[in-house]
Amino acid sequence: MSDKQQVDKSKRRFLIATTGALGGVAAVATAVPFVMSMTPSQRARAAGAPVEVDIGKIEPGMMLTIEWRGKPVWIVHRTQEMLGKLSGIKERLNDPDSQKPMQPAYAKNDARSIKPDFLVVVGICTHLGCSPTAKFKLGADEGMAQDWPGGFLCPCHGSLFDLAGRVYKHMPAPDNLEIPPYKYLSDTRLIIGEDTKGA
Amino acid sequence: MKRTSAVLAWVDQRFPLSATWKTHLSEYYAPKNFNFWYYFGSLALFVLVLQIVTGIFLTIHYKPDANLAFASVEYIMRDVSGGWLIRYLHSTGASMFFIVVYLHMFRGLMYGSYRKPRELVWLFGMGIYLCLMGEAFFGYLLPWGQMSYWGAQVIVNLFGAIPFVGPDLALWIRGDYVVSDATLNRFFAFHVIAMPLVLLGLVAVHLVALHEVGSNNPDGIEIKKHKDPKTGIPLDGIPFHPYYTVKDIVGVVVFLAVFSVIVFFAPEVGGYFLEHNNFIPADSLKTPPHIAPVWYFTPFYAMLRAVTYPLFGIDAKFWGVVIMGLAVLIFCALPWLDRGKVKSVRYRGPVFKAALALFVVSFLWLGYLGTEAPTPLTTTLSQILTAVYFAFFLLMPWYTKIDKTKPEPERVTG
Repeated sequence: MSDKQQVDKSKRRFLIATTGALGGVAAVATAVPFVMSMTPSQRARAAGAPVEVDIGKIEPGMMLTIEWRGKPVWIVHRTQEMLGKLSGIKERLNDPDSQKPMQPAYAKNDARSIKPDFLVVVGICTHLGCSPTAKFKLGADEGMAQDWPGGFLCPCHGSLFDLAGRVYKHMPAPDNLEIPPYKYLSDTRLIIGEDTKGA
Repeated sequence: MKRTSAVLAWVDQRFPLSATWKTHLSEYYAPKNFNFWYYFGSLALFVLVLQIVTGIFLTIHYKPDANLAFASVEYIMRDVSGGWLIRYLHSTGASMFFIVVYLHMFRGLMYGSYRKPRELVWLFGMGIYLCLMGEAFFGYLLPWGQMSYWGAQVIVNLFGAIPFVGPDLALWIRGDYVVSDATLNRFFAFHVIAMPLVLLGLVAVHLVALHEVGSNNPDGIEIKKHKDPKTGIPLDGIPFHPYYTVKDIVGVVVFLAVFSVIVFFAPEVGGYFLEHNNFIPADSLKTPPHIAPVWYFTPFYAMLRAVTYPLFGIDAKFWGVVIMGLAVLIFCALPWLDRGKVKSVRYRGPVFKAALALFVVSFLWLGYLGTEAPTPLTTTLSQILTAVYFAFFLLMPWYTKIDKTKPEPERVTG
């Protein structure tokens, strides 16, 4: 400082502002690796291999749960009676024609499946990720309403889904259940997580 | 005696030990008319210490690994000497922490403790409450039971409901595509290091702010208005130590009596403090048929479930999360919503008293509904009660203004 003991205030402001700005940039840059460290690790990313399933032993009207990418995937062997219920409740559903992209193109049909007999669906509610409970019996037998046509009830927040995983109107869940990519290896063997597009 | 005062003088020249003791205890003048409701602040501090101490001893045996966590908790319960006691003290302490904090907050509502000049005391307190919710949530995953797992799944997915960034944010919080070992390990870090540090800092600023403005009291009047002209000490004030330290120790003793009965005779409290489903190891393929959060979150959970209609082209799911978030955060706005002439419920008119009563009923009833399985009836009831809950806050500027209040006394009434 000079003998005059005077402070050049504009110079000081400039120095404080530039030091502050550069320090801020450095702080943000330092934060990046820390923030990134919390994203899924390489190991977690790699653990997504397709799963092969034998569906020959699922009785009509029964359901098999398998694990794919840590999530439950249901395979429901639907009876003709179950399939018959799908069209009659369309006006009670939120997205009856599967307009939203919750399924591969080959499952964008009334039964939401490649073969109508077998529904393959990720058993995770589109609301907050609980796994819904199967309520296949008609009517009030399993604590549902009198006119219940069979489907799924999410125990967490009460969302209802039909036997094609389509969500009812005015439910906490906004979307139909997700249909995973899958294909038939033979009449009784499925592979989940891989389809004919080659991906 | 001479030796000790010499040592004290030596310390005081280097660190403000006596000055701090005086500012916060022996010469902190609190109103002399504190009643029953004033136990809960010191009790909250007591439970905080209890949780930290029991928590440290639990980490000595606990393993934050998805393959080992559930078994390590059972190991603590069965094989570690006194482990069951330490674990039950910690789990019971968590619920009691919320009971004490809710009563402490209700005291603030009754006596207008959030009003000017105590807005920051209130806001720091809200920070503590939020931090406590985070702490409880992260800690609940650690036993790796079914409720731990699915509770975490639901709450993390709440963040996924935020438009655009939600799914990536949820992924970032979990560190995996589903709740997994990565999630458990980081929640352990948050629970034992990150949140407790923030919590302690917030408790410190809560107390510093309180001691700056001085405590409110059941009459809701400022004791600093009438000071002894010679000493400058409030005429209605008494030193916190020894008067209130001794009173609070009595409170701690009574609290510990109740606490011990729970710990030794009913640590699960019928599934409310420790949920039955959490004694089943986490299964990522099967949600238990009935899931509900622990009781202290159920009022907000009921509100989340109550929102079933989309709005402005955005899903009901997002609005449910918004309502739930606002239900917690709206407490922060209280100092600016209340336009009443008086602070304490003692001098408020019938409208405020009715509003406060309705609010308490809605909070408790929502809490009950949140523990029940959802049915159309409970959903409708929750919707009505959510409206009542928010009406308490949103109509407050209006009803506190028109309410017919009684005149406040000049001095505290004991």
